[in-house]
Amino acid sequence: MTPTTLLRTMDTASARTANLERVSKTDWPRVRLHVVTGKGGTGKSTVAAALALALASTGKRVLLCEVEGRQGIAQLFDVPPLPYEERRIAAGLPSPDGGQPGEVHALHIDAESAFLEYLSMYYKLGRAGKALDRFGVIEFATTIAPGVRDVLLTGKVFEAAKTQRRKGTSSKDRLGYDAIVLDAPPTGRITQFLNVNGELAGLAKVGPVKAQADTVMTLFRSPQTAVHLVTVLEEMPVQETADGIAELHAADLPVGGVIVNLVRPRDLDAEDLTAITDDTVDHAAIATELASAGVTPGAGLVSGLLAEARDHAERRALEDSQRALVNEMGTKVYELGRIAGGLDLGALYELAGSLREQGLA
Amino acid sequence: MTRDTARMGPLATAPGTPATAAALDIDALITDPTTHILVCCGSGGVGKTTTSAALALRAAELGRKVVVLTIDPARRLAQSMGIEQLDNTPRPVPGVDGSGSLDAMMLDMKSTFDEVVLAQAGPEKAKAILENPFYIALSSSFAGTQEYMAMEKLGQLHRDSQEQGTWDLIVVDTPPSRNALDFLDAPERLSSFLDGRFIRLLLAPAKGPARVMGAGFSLVVNALTKIIGAQVLTDLKMFVTAFDTLFGGFRQRAQQTYALLQHRGTAFLVVAAPEPDALREAAYFVERLTGDRMPLAGLVVNRASPMPTGDLSADAAMAAAEKLRAGQPGDVSELTAGLLRLHADRVRIVERERVLRSRFASAHPGVATAVVPALASDVHDLDGLRRVGQLLADQ
Repeated sequence: MTPTTLLRTMDTASARTANLERVSKTDWPRVRLHVVTGKGGTGKSTVAAALALALASTGKRVLLCEVEGRQGIAQLFDVPPLPYEERRIAAGLPSPDGGQPGEVHALHIDAESAFLEYLSMYYKLGRAGKALDRFGVIEFATTIAPGVRDVLLTGKVFEAAKTQRRKGTSSKDRLGYDAIVLDAPPTGRITQFLNVNGELAGLAKVGPVKAQADTVMTLFRSPQTAVHLVTVLEEMPVQETADGIAELHAADLPVGGVIVNLVRPRDLDAEDLTAITDDTVDHAAIATELASAGVTPGAGLVSGLLAEARDHAERRALEDSQRALVNEMGTKVYELGRIAGGLDLGALYELAGSLREQGLA
Repeated sequence: MTRDTARMGPLATAPGTPATAAALDIDALITDPTTHILVCCGSGGVGKTTTSAALALRAAELGRKVVVLTIDPARRLAQSMGIEQLDNTPRPVPGVDGSGSLDAMMLDMKSTFDEVVLAQAGPEKAKAILENPFYIALSSSFAGTQEYMAMEKLGQLHRDSQEQGTWDLIVVDTPPSRNALDFLDAPERLSSFLDGRFIRLLLAPAKGPARVMGAGFSLVVNALTKIIGAQVLTDLKMFVTAFDTLFGGFRQRAQQTYALLQHRGTAFLVVAAPEPDALREAAYFVERLTGDRMPLAGLVVNRASPMPTGDLSADAAMAAAEKLRAGQPGDVSELTAGLLRLHADRVRIVERERVLRSRFASAHPGVATAVVPALASDVHDLDGLRRVGQLLADQ
């Protein structure tokens, strides 16, 4: 198949999506490729995994891809390291209507395997392909040659995205996906990563690689794609998110939502927090309440709890100022709470439920 | 630990006795006159840049002549250090107390690369290289160039400090690599790339009869032409040919930098946050550094949650909060329940972090550790850096 026919396949695929589009509660009904980025430490892989679970509602097949060689998906889902091969890793989050949940499949994309596959798919190189390997061309292309690595990684994601699932196929058929979630490189690199033909510009002005990059870009710039940004309510990540959105806009790439992750619990309201900060709360009354709930308020317990709450109030105030900045970014905003006990598979489903409730999926 | 010895499993310590790491003595490290290079590495988002800047400031205020090379500092932190413009030159940081001095710079990978080309090639050749599309892409956008250039700049700073005695301590922040290995592999990967068969293949037609490359040669050229197009291949060939004379120099310096990193005067600090991912990356780093016989000084765990007060357990606090919520509604009971929930949350987080650190310590005994509590706000002035430096030293 040449890149031109690839493009045609994709066009018919998008026509099909338009026909099949149903009334849906999600904020992103037309999006099939969800790209999830975020600064290091914000939990982008966790959010990508939760989004995949949330999208895999009744009868849906979702593919979760990773491209950074970290095996983060395997760790999150507690399965052995993933090969370069699509693999079913979990059942989706059941719908409230109680139907059979969908499936989440995962794919670990590495540039070297993608390159070999690409060569055998499009060029039928045979002996020459082996010779390329022998001469170190593959190593060169995947580790050194500028941009080629990203073209290969995004190309594989494109491959997965272009095979639209046909109406009426049973879930046993390994044919296409309803949605693809890409656990993408961090915010600082995302535009460069997705803007593959920008990277290739000046290198390959014509030729098959250029054609391939153009085709991939057509999908990335289409309404079928959304780039979601994960942040936490701290200064640097919020700043990077704003910069990332500006860069995506400048490159004509579709900006999705902002997911604010690891939000602190909000048990105490603003009034309580002010009273605690100003220390106008009634210590004795709190001690009485504690006693009535069966806690013996030993020396310093009340003031200790209040000191912890003051610390919390300070952080909440910072969160609020950062939240105000996030709300000015002009995108839809979703929030996920911090899970105190650490993340396990159950918690991942909880996060998925929260994302679905808020309309990201 | 070397590659030959077995990895220590969790059973290295007896069950029931959680492992605790030895405390890392930061001041002893940074005031030791034989410490000349301090490299901070770790995954993204763990506060590497802040840690590097804080250590550099503390060392300067303790009398060292320090230069800090940062990769991508937050804007306000860069401003406070007077390095907002990216001009690749170390500049004195105003407001440093004590007898030492602090210079700071932000890495500009493209101009670092350009400088190397200009220093190595004649003006005409340099111009040809600087204008080649492959060079432009390689020097500005290629993931990995940052690692090469951070190492290149480190080498330059080290040579300068040796020759002119400008600095006696270089603190290096490392790029937020895709994974831990990129940074260490950069010099060696560059070397092996330059020796690679593909490069020799591209150079062969310019240098001599193609048949020296063997029978696969025309096959490969044909295949490449088919894939990337003849024009690209020509561009690439021109680039590699023009670059050929520089290769030797590049390789030599990459090897020198690698040797410099192994030298006794270098100390690596692995920076992490008390999160599974960050500690996993830190573990890779510790294993790689020891495997490559790089001098590891210790682990810095940033962003540790503050200790809860008292000994009220999370379960007891949650049970009491439930009880209050189930009872008579009232402002004070709501407030008290909220306080209890917060406390339970904090106890759980601190407990989880303690378990994570203790597992790390069991698997990597002998790695001295400094734990730095999370700060309520970001650091963007010298006072903030001083506080972080103090927290690093108070172990």
